[in-house]
Amino acid sequence: MREISMKTRTMEKQNVSDNRYKYLDRALARHQYRSDALIEVLHTTQELFGYISRELLIYIARSLKLPPSKVYGVATFYHFFSLEAKGKHTVTVCMGTACYVRGALNVQLAIERACNCSMGETTEDKKVSLQTARCVGSCGIAPVVIYDDDVAGYVIPEESAQHMRIWLEEQE
Amino acid sequence: MTLEELYDIGQGFREQLSAFKAEIHVCGSGGCASSGSLHLKEAFEKGCEARKIINDVRIITTGCMGLCGAGPLVRVHPSDSLYIRVQQDDIDRILDSHILKDKVVKDLLYPNDGPFFAKQMLIALKNMGRIDPESIEDYIAHGGYEALAKAITYYTQEGVVLEIRNSGLRGRGGGGYPTGLKWDIVRRVSSAEKYVVCNADEGDPGAFMDRAMLEGNPHAVLEGMAIAGYAVGATQGYIYVRGEYPLAIERLRKAIKQSERLQILGNRILDSKFNFRIDLRIGAGAFVCGEETALIQSIEGQRGQPRPRPPYPSQVGLWGKPTLLNNVETFANAPAIVLNGGKWYSRIGTEKSKGTKVFALAGRITNTGLIEVPMGTSLRDIVFEIGGGIPDNGEFKAAQTGGPSGGCIPIQHIDTPVDFESLTQIGSMMGSGGLIVMDQTSCMVDVAKFFMEFCKDESCGKCIPCRVGTVQLFRLLEKMTKGEATDQDLDILEELCVMVKDTSLCGLGQSAPNPVMSTLHFFRTEYDQHISEQYCVANVCNLHGKNRAVADDSETVPRTEET
Repeated sequence: MREISMKTRTMEKQNVSDNRYKYLDRALARHQYRSDALIEVLHTTQELFGYISRELLIYIARSLKLPPSKVYGVATFYHFFSLEAKGKHTVTVCMGTACYVRGALNVQLAIERACNCSMGETTEDKKVSLQTARCVGSCGIAPVVIYDDDVAGYVIPEESAQHMRIWLEEQE
Repeated sequence: MTLEELYDIGQGFREQLSAFKAEIHVCGSGGCASSGSLHLKEAFEKGCEARKIINDVRIITTGCMGLCGAGPLVRVHPSDSLYIRVQQDDIDRILDSHILKDKVVKDLLYPNDGPFFAKQMLIALKNMGRIDPESIEDYIAHGGYEALAKAITYYTQEGVVLEIRNSGLRGRGGGGYPTGLKWDIVRRVSSAEKYVVCNADEGDPGAFMDRAMLEGNPHAVLEGMAIAGYAVGATQGYIYVRGEYPLAIERLRKAIKQSERLQILGNRILDSKFNFRIDLRIGAGAFVCGEETALIQSIEGQRGQPRPRPPYPSQVGLWGKPTLLNNVETFANAPAIVLNGGKWYSRIGTEKSKGTKVFALAGRITNTGLIEVPMGTSLRDIVFEIGGGIPDNGEFKAAQTGGPSGGCIPIQHIDTPVDFESLTQIGSMMGSGGLIVMDQTSCMVDVAKFFMEFCKDESCGKCIPCRVGTVQLFRLLEKMTKGEATDQDLDILEELCVMVKDTSLCGLGQSAPNPVMSTLHFFRTEYDQHISEQYCVANVCNLHGKNRAVADDSETVPRTEET
C-alpha cells in the first residue's frame, strides 16, 4: 500500500470543503472507537464519500487502532465496499437466478457494448460505472436493472443500451 | 405499558379505521414499486381530493401482496378486492365505480379465491400486504404483540420453549434444524449474557422472502425475536440484514424506534422484569455470511469466515456467549405459535415437516410472486396451479430450489411433496425458499456453471477444497459450455464434486457441488451432448453442433435419465 503521511491526510481534510470528515469522526465517536465497529464505520464512510480511498482506509485504521492490513482485508472481503471512485452514474445489472433465467446475460452484453467497457469498470469519461448484483430481491419482475437508484423490471437489452447512450451523451 | 394499554391501542386504532368509508392499499414492495405503484398512490390521493372524499378514504402503501408478476397491485376495502396491473387511467374508474358507487371494477379484479390464492395458507405472511408496515398501531390492531404479551404474562421460559417444541417448527433458513430444540439448548446454558440473532442475510440469488417480510411486516420479526429473547433469557438481539435492502433497513429502524417508544422493546417490557433490545447490523454483500459462524464473525467486525463446529453458536456464539440464531421466517412464525399453541401448528404440514413454508416463485413462471403453502404441497400444485404454469407456451424443464446449494428437480419428480426430507431425497434441498422455474430455454450445463461461478466468487477462501475446488469445477463446466471438454473432464468433474462436498469446512463448500450433481443426475444427456456432439439443446452455449447439422424437433425436449 502506498505510504501516506499524516500531512497528506490533513491536506485532504482541507481540500474537502464539506463536512464529510466531521461526520465520519462523529460516527467513530458514536461507536466509541471500538474495533468491532469496523464494518459499520466502513458503511458510513462509503455513504459519505461514495467510495473508500486508501487515505480513508488508513484514517479508519488509525482511529480504530487496527492494523491497516486488517482494515484493508475486511474492506476487500465484502463486495459492498468500493475502493475506487465511481462514475457519475451507476448501472447495476442483477445476475440473480431469476434474472439469469430470463435473459440478464443479453442485457449485460448490450450495456457493455453501449458503454464499451465491461462489468466492474467505469467508462473512460467517468460517466457510467457498470456493475452486477447477486440478487436485488425483485425477482418477480426479472430481468432487473438498476439505473442509479431506479429499479427497472422486464428490461429489454436494447432499451438498457439506449439508457446508456443517453447517459453517455449527457453534457456536464 | 401494560397488557390493557396494548389492547387499548389496538382498539383505538380499529375505531379510527372504522371512521373511514373505504381503504385503498397500494402495494409498495420491490416489484410493484418499480412498475410505478408509488405514483399510483399519489394519483389516488389527487383523485380523492378532486372528488372531495380525501377524508373518508384511507390510502396507504403496504408490503408485498404476493402476486408480484401482475403488479402494480391495489387492494380496495370494503369488499377486499384485489386489482392487478393497475395503470394511471384505471384510477378514475376505481374511484368512480368502486369507491363512490360500490361497484367492483370487474376487468381489473383478481378473485381472492383464484388459483393463486386457493391453495395457500398464510401464517408468516398473514398480515403482509394488509397493514401499513410503518405503523405499529396498525400491527397491534391486527393482533400484533399479543403473543409477546401472552408469553411474558402467562408463560414461563420453559413454557414458551415447550410450545415451540410441540409445534414441530424447523429452521426456515434451509437447514431444517428443530427450532424448539435450539431454543431449549440456549435456554439451558447458564450465562449472564446471551444473544438472539436474526439471520436476514438473504443471499440466495432468486429469493426475496426475507426482504418482503422485513419490508412488509417488520414488527412480526421483532416480536418473534423478543419472544425468543424471553424464552432463552437473552437481553440483546441483533438483526443481520443485507446492505442491498435499503428499504428493509429503513423500515426495521423505524419499527425498532416505535416499539421502544411504546416500551414493547427496551427495559421492563410490558411492565415485567424482562429487558430486550434489538440492534441492526448491516451486511456488506458476502454470501458466506449466511453461514452462522461466519455471520457471527461479521457482526464482530471481522471478515465473514466460518469456523469449525462444534462448539455450536448455541454454546459459544457472539462474543463467545450462547447465541440463538434463526432465520427471518422462523421468527415470524413464533408469534402465531405462541398465540394459537404448538399443537395447532403441528396439525399443519407433513409428519416430519410441520407448518407452512414461504416460497419466492420466479423464473419462467406466469405468476411470479411470494406464496406460503402448507408443507407437503406438491411441486405440481405450486408450479402449475399457484404459479399458473409456464408462460409463452413454454415447456417445464426443471424447478430449482435451494439456490446455489440446491438442485434442479425435473418433470418426472413434479409430484414430489415439498418438505425437508422429500426434497433432500431427490438431490435438492428446501433451502430458504427460492423456487426458480426453468423451461426449454435454459441449458442445464450453463445453469450449473452459473451457480458454480457464484460459489467460486463467494467462497471465503478459508478452506482449500472450497477455494480451489469451486474454481476447478467452474473451469471444467466452462470448458463444457465452450464445447472443448472431453469424456475425461466429465469423470474429473464427478470425482471433484464428491471431494469438495466431503471435505469443505462449511455449508457453502459442502453444498456447492449440489447443482452440478443434480443436473448430472437428471440431465446427463445434456452434458454428453455438450462433450461428444458440441451440441446445446437449449441453444444457450453457442456451440456449432459439429456432428449435428440440424436438430429435429424431438431432440429439443431434453431426454432425462430415470432414477
